[in-house]
Amino acid sequence: MVLLLEYEGKRLFEAYGIPVPTHHLVKGIRDIRSIRTASVIKAQVPTGGRGKLGGVVAVRTVRAAKAALEKIKTIDFNGFHSKYFLIEEEIRRQVELYISITLDRSKRSAVLIVSKKGGINIEEVPATLISTYEVNQLIGLPEYIKRNAFDRLEPPEKFRDQFYHILDALWHLYVSEDAELVEINPLAVTANGLVALDSKVVVEDDSLFRHPNVKAQVSGDEIERKASAMGISFVRLSGDIGLIANGAGLTMATIDQISTNGGKPGDFLDLGGTDDPARVYDAFSIVALSKPRVLLVNIFGGVTKCDTVAMGIVRAIDKFRPVFPVVVRLSGFNEEKGVELLKARNITAFREMNVAVTEAIRLSV
Amino acid sequence: MAILLTGNSKIIVQGITGHQGQFHTKAMLNFGTNVVAGVTPGKAGENVYGVKVYDNVRSAVDETKADTAVVFVPAPFVKDAVIEDIDAGLSLVVIVTEHVPFHDVIDLLEYGQSKVTRIIGPNCPGIASSGLSKAGIIPNSILKPGNIGVLSRSGTLTYEIVNQITKAGLGESTVIGLGGDKVVGSTFTDLLSLFENDAQTSAVVMVGEIGGSAEEDAADFIKKNFSKPVIGFIAGKYAPPGKRMGHAGAIISGNKGTANSKITALESAGALIAASPEEVPRLLLESI
Repeated sequence: MVLLLEYEGKRLFEAYGIPVPTHHLVKGIRDIRSIRTASVIKAQVPTGGRGKLGGVVAVRTVRAAKAALEKIKTIDFNGFHSKYFLIEEEIRRQVELYISITLDRSKRSAVLIVSKKGGINIEEVPATLISTYEVNQLIGLPEYIKRNAFDRLEPPEKFRDQFYHILDALWHLYVSEDAELVEINPLAVTANGLVALDSKVVVEDDSLFRHPNVKAQVSGDEIERKASAMGISFVRLSGDIGLIANGAGLTMATIDQISTNGGKPGDFLDLGGTDDPARVYDAFSIVALSKPRVLLVNIFGGVTKCDTVAMGIVRAIDKFRPVFPVVVRLSGFNEEKGVELLKARNITAFREMNVAVTEAIRLSV
Repeated sequence: MAILLTGNSKIIVQGITGHQGQFHTKAMLNFGTNVVAGVTPGKAGENVYGVKVYDNVRSAVDETKADTAVVFVPAPFVKDAVIEDIDAGLSLVVIVTEHVPFHDVIDLLEYGQSKVTRIIGPNCPGIASSGLSKAGIIPNSILKPGNIGVLSRSGTLTYEIVNQITKAGLGESTVIGLGGDKVVGSTFTDLLSLFENDAQTSAVVMVGEIGGSAEEDAADFIKKNFSKPVIGFIAGKYAPPGKRMGHAGAIISGNKGTANSKITALESAGALIAASPEEVPRLLLESI
């Protein structure tokens, strides 16, 4: 998932016709030349809860805005630092509402979620104040859902048309931008109409081929970033047993089996389906970076052939000369060939997953 | 009798001239599958292992009376390929391709709902009815005809568990990989009712994982509507929250989608939970 920054989301809001406060983006204090109206300066970070951490500050003067920017720069927002700052007209509002459109996995459908109480995390709003409507993706938002949502939120009647328009715009944004979530929280009710004070837009990774302007987000530590650049699915864990397995489910199941038997897995690395020894070599190089006490390779051969994996392991051992022992389990397609290849190099390959896991744990303590 | 795929199923392979398409067409044929046609736009007249290639699904269906499609086309083209299947009146479509945008999958589900097409996948190993027919990439060598139904959100982990079942002297009626994505065409709940009515199947193994609530939904269904023994295995008991574990669908969001929640729900529905893949056959033998 790619969580857009607030200002990126607001650019989309403007493009789709959702009203937002007057704003401009700055990179540093030199960009702040004048503050004409009461304003807020806001950190731009891809994480929630920035307000509580001091990332949103009301300012009245250029001097105050510069001081606030310098202060926000130093704040750690759940591991992120703000590189951009949004300076925005402060909006006087009577009420704050909540609107979002997202995927409901269980219903396998888009849902519109509205709440009378906005401005706080939707998970903290009592369920009685929230209304949820399933929306057929091929039909779009029907009139009756817009009517029901309006009646539920009860903004002033004179804003009915504008409210419908915002819902339609949000829906088009959700569909056209391949979003997983589009959220306006809060949607301010002002004397002059409705205004989106914040934006949250999450775009799905698998759709990025349709959105060349949206860059895939790389998160995690240095090794995770490196793996991601190689196209390897890797998650760093805290233990000392390095793991390479094939298939997300089998990799998770191996982690579970290591943990249940008292071992400490050091990573999740899904080799995926491959018949290229170089990929095994790459995977080996990633796990070696986290300096495990032992490396467990657990392969069930299907699309991925056991002998391919054995070749990759031999190549990696020749190159890296690892100080840690390597425990291999091979089962399935070309199992015999793979076992023979490793045997020639004095590596015993186990056939059973539980035996290999037990051996890896033994070598890790 | 197996479910979804039988010896009578007539299968077309979309993307048959690609690397994956060719490789798995051969494996499907070796399994004894009735692969009647391939489809790759612009490649009509070619053949792959004796299977005739057509330009479009409609002409393949007109000539062969195919009822099922296996989709190997690249992710950006999957939506169009499956709309073509739905419009041609196919009853079953198996999408093997991974990284299909979920918006496309929802569009297909909403469209297919008004017709009669069942969708399996995407990002799945497909379906195999042991001894009869295979639509997808499940390895032939691990399958043996028998009376165990298997439903799984994984690929390789499915093979691991099916292999354990076969090695223990049991066998499978139908094995179905549902797919590892956030949104898939068919869920545990959708397919359990077919196993309930299948005389060949005497127990079902459900292989679930963290993320979403498909296992909890299935548990509700089992309580009310499923009379056969269910053995569950859930992967991701030690997965850290907030991290995507390979599959797009395998992520614990907040406190939702944990392995514990799934295990508790399934146990309360009377399912036995295997602690490891190796334990699955033992629990099966105890319960049938």
